[in-house]
Amino acid sequence: MSLMLLWTDIMVWILTGMILLWGWRLSKSPEARRKWHYIFRSPLAMASAVVLGFYMLFALADSVHFKVTEPSKTERLYAGEIVSLLDMAMMHQKAYSERTYSAPFATTEYAKSIVVGEDGITRQQNLPLKHVAAEYPVKKSLLALFLGIFVSLLLIGAHLWLTAQEGFMQRIFAVFKGKSELPWRTGYAVLTLFIVLFTWLYVMSFSYHVLGTDKVGGDVFYASLKSIRTGVLIGILTTLVTLPLAIFLGVSAGYFRGWVDDLIQYLYTTLSSIPGVLLIAAGVLMMQVMMDNHPDWFASTIERSDLRLLFLIFILGVTSWTGLCRLLRAETLRISQMDYVTAAKAFGVSKWRIMARHIVPNLTHIILISVVLDFSGLVLAEAVLSYVGVGVDPTMYSWGNMINQARLEMAREPMVWWSLFSSFAFMFVLVLAANLFSDRVQHVLDPRNAQ
Amino acid sequence: MSTLLSVDGLTLRTGGRSLLSNVSFSIEKGEVFALVGESGSGKSLTSLAIMRLLPQAIKVVSGDIFLHKESLFVLPEYKMQKIRGKKIAMIFQEPMTALNPVMTIGDQVAEVLKLHLGLSVKEAKVRVIALFEEVSIPEPKSRYGWYPHQLSGGQKQRVMIAMALACEPDLLIADEPTTALDVTVQAQVLELLMRIRKERDLSILFITHDMAVVSQIADRIAVMREGEIVEMAPREHFFTAPSHPYTKKLLKDALGDKGSREQRAGSKLLEVKDVKVHFPVKKGFFQRTVGYIKAVDGVSFSIAKGKTLALVGESGSGKSTIGQAILSLVPVSSGHICFEGVDLATLSLSERKLYRKKIQVIFQDPFSALDPRMPIAEILREGMDALGVGPQGKEAQDAYMRALLQTVELEPEFLFRYPHEFSGGQRQRIGIARALSVEPELIICDEPTSALDVSVRAQILTLLKKLQDERGISYLFITHDLSIIRTIADKVAVMKDGKIVEQGSVSDVMDSPVQPYTQKLLKAAPKLPDITL
Repeated sequence: MSLMLLWTDIMVWILTGMILLWGWRLSKSPEARRKWHYIFRSPLAMASAVVLGFYMLFALADSVHFKVTEPSKTERLYAGEIVSLLDMAMMHQKAYSERTYSAPFATTEYAKSIVVGEDGITRQQNLPLKHVAAEYPVKKSLLALFLGIFVSLLLIGAHLWLTAQEGFMQRIFAVFKGKSELPWRTGYAVLTLFIVLFTWLYVMSFSYHVLGTDKVGGDVFYASLKSIRTGVLIGILTTLVTLPLAIFLGVSAGYFRGWVDDLIQYLYTTLSSIPGVLLIAAGVLMMQVMMDNHPDWFASTIERSDLRLLFLIFILGVTSWTGLCRLLRAETLRISQMDYVTAAKAFGVSKWRIMARHIVPNLTHIILISVVLDFSGLVLAEAVLSYVGVGVDPTMYSWGNMINQARLEMAREPMVWWSLFSSFAFMFVLVLAANLFSDRVQHVLDPRNAQ
Repeated sequence: MSTLLSVDGLTLRTGGRSLLSNVSFSIEKGEVFALVGESGSGKSLTSLAIMRLLPQAIKVVSGDIFLHKESLFVLPEYKMQKIRGKKIAMIFQEPMTALNPVMTIGDQVAEVLKLHLGLSVKEAKVRVIALFEEVSIPEPKSRYGWYPHQLSGGQKQRVMIAMALACEPDLLIADEPTTALDVTVQAQVLELLMRIRKERDLSILFITHDMAVVSQIADRIAVMREGEIVEMAPREHFFTAPSHPYTKKLLKDALGDKGSREQRAGSKLLEVKDVKVHFPVKKGFFQRTVGYIKAVDGVSFSIAKGKTLALVGESGSGKSTIGQAILSLVPVSSGHICFEGVDLATLSLSERKLYRKKIQVIFQDPFSALDPRMPIAEILREGMDALGVGPQGKEAQDAYMRALLQTVELEPEFLFRYPHEFSGGQRQRIGIARALSVEPELIICDEPTSALDVSVRAQILTLLKKLQDERGISYLFITHDLSIIRTIADKVAVMKDGKIVEQGSVSDVMDSPVQPYTQKLLKAAPKLPDITL
């Protein structure tokens, strides 16, 4: 196997690097440290951050891809296939699929099939599933529980050890009595909850399809986990495209005024008066034609869907910068009237330097707030677009695609509910955490809320 | 005379901090009681406590407030609401934000009448017009339907007063009602308040930081400092025989240092010859220029080396625009600005850089003058880096900046702190240090003291004078405050509507003004009685 990074992998790792670098730089400024400290003082923000971190972890694990060089018989990998770290951990579900629908924790298929028995009589019966080992469910659950608690205790212990200043035991008491400066107690509780829940599902997934299977027998738990990457990537990479456009155009419009301002205003009013979905659909269709004409751009379906994801991110970014741009323009208009900007002008500091040193740093709170607020909106937008059919590639795992499929499943009798439920639950937790976190960020960073 | 309001041992706390301690005073019927103090001394808190509008976080520890011998603290909220507006009314410092911009002024006043007195729409309108007449709003009938933005600052304040008087209150709380107004307008508003007081036998609690205003209108005066009343006296005694050292200091700072300035002959440093700054008014799709706003319209003056020219005028007279024109921040339409004989307009961008370091600026608002995201060291370094002045290299610069902070009487350790950690006066000193960092020869001071308290103002003026004596810097001192001119200036120029109406030496202009406008301005400015301390 050899490492092979897709385009979106590269982007996501660059972005992770940038965030880490930014965090490191922030940690040097006492002012910024104080602010972030204050954000995490809210137990709700701490819990949301842990949840977001959990999702990020899955997205990152799913963003390291390998190309299979030698096919292996047992793992059912063929040469040239591209698998991620997450795929490898979930190989038991990726490689073995059932025939069709089955409910969560079921041992037989959901629908009855017609079977001709050895005695020659035709019967309707639920066929047993092929890859289910329904022995000792309680024993396995207990094992999973202990494993989960053990892992989380290990992590919490390590964290306590690292943050303990006066003594390990005092630290433990301080944290668990809720007397630590940050609400670590809440953070640990959420962490434990998530780890235990995940290990249980993971351990059980070796014996069952914990969230059932879909129409073609694919495991829904695996699909939901794979969808995390799609959602998170669209949420954060789109801002990577939006930010430079919004900052550059917004600040230039506000600072230079005159014809520059007019031009940029015309641009964004025009863009924002076209219905968003229409614009995105047009972009996606153009991209599809282009990709159909250039089959040499990609070697496999995974690479094709990755390219399509990249284009979708790009299109979403190019169509969604107007809101932030307008905010930044207004704020720049205000800041450029400030006396400190006049003072810099009186020193003969160049325009670009004034923008970089005086204006952009004073806009960071707006940028940050809108990035965090937009994240959940973008995750939801992906679901809507995939549902409409102009989202990600149909072969790509995404919550939107799952919901799109569930449309027909809901009409069945008896109803197949687990695909919709899983995608909804996974998406709901992510968006809720992101919204709660962004609320807190906005509350702390917005100067109008300062006491 | 009967006691209208009495505040009895009022003590307020928030968290562990004491805000007011044992504040007691009483206001008689028909009396003007002035509460004087610097910002943060607790004057406004006292007025909020009387209205029972204190923020949640502030707790009343002890004390009581009586209106007509009835305690206000035990009243239920619905009764208190009737007292607000009906018995006690309030006017604020900022008439711009106190009026609702989308309602006509007539409707806003009528609303109060309808609410508190239950008048019908017609009755209310008649009353409002009568009130407008009483506060001398011209053509009250047609102004009834005007919106706040159509009125001047002084007229808005008159509307506020009309609104406060609408329900015939017993007590009017005026919280710095004239601070945001020009001197001539201030004089009119004060005159109006005095007239109404007489006509209605109204009591006024007048909150201000301006000693001169107090000396004109107050019957009794209390001085507040850090939540305590340090001195309380009738006007006659207050100004003739102040007893508390803090009062003496305040009065001394307000009077200013009138000592004649050392006379030195200096060569001409800056000469402004017939400068005009016209801003084009553009309209329509093609942005045609349809007219000009003549911000500065033919102004000439000169400043000698090591001297100060004070540029006086009311808001909108174009005095700040001249300062910006000298800094080459706004284009000059015609005329010449010559620095050391060189016309700045003829210079190319790179040549102009040379003059950037010779001309610097200090601002009015110490809170917007410093970038909140930069530590002091970065703020001071900016000009040195941009213009290549002073030592280069980080360590040498740090030493240079420490010395600079000491020059403006700040601790050198402040270098790595952020602006929000400093008080207004300290920030103004940092602003001065920033201007000094490039060793300028001329500093344009754009109202550098008008946002500061009296005692801080005196300190900053002393510092500016000291720097002038030590370094021979010239100042163009832009101000609307006539009381500080004798302290700081050598020459005065009076501006009105973009033109200079009168200029000359301080004694000539201030003592025997020739032009009617100057005379009016000087007459309107509140003056402290002559006192010897």
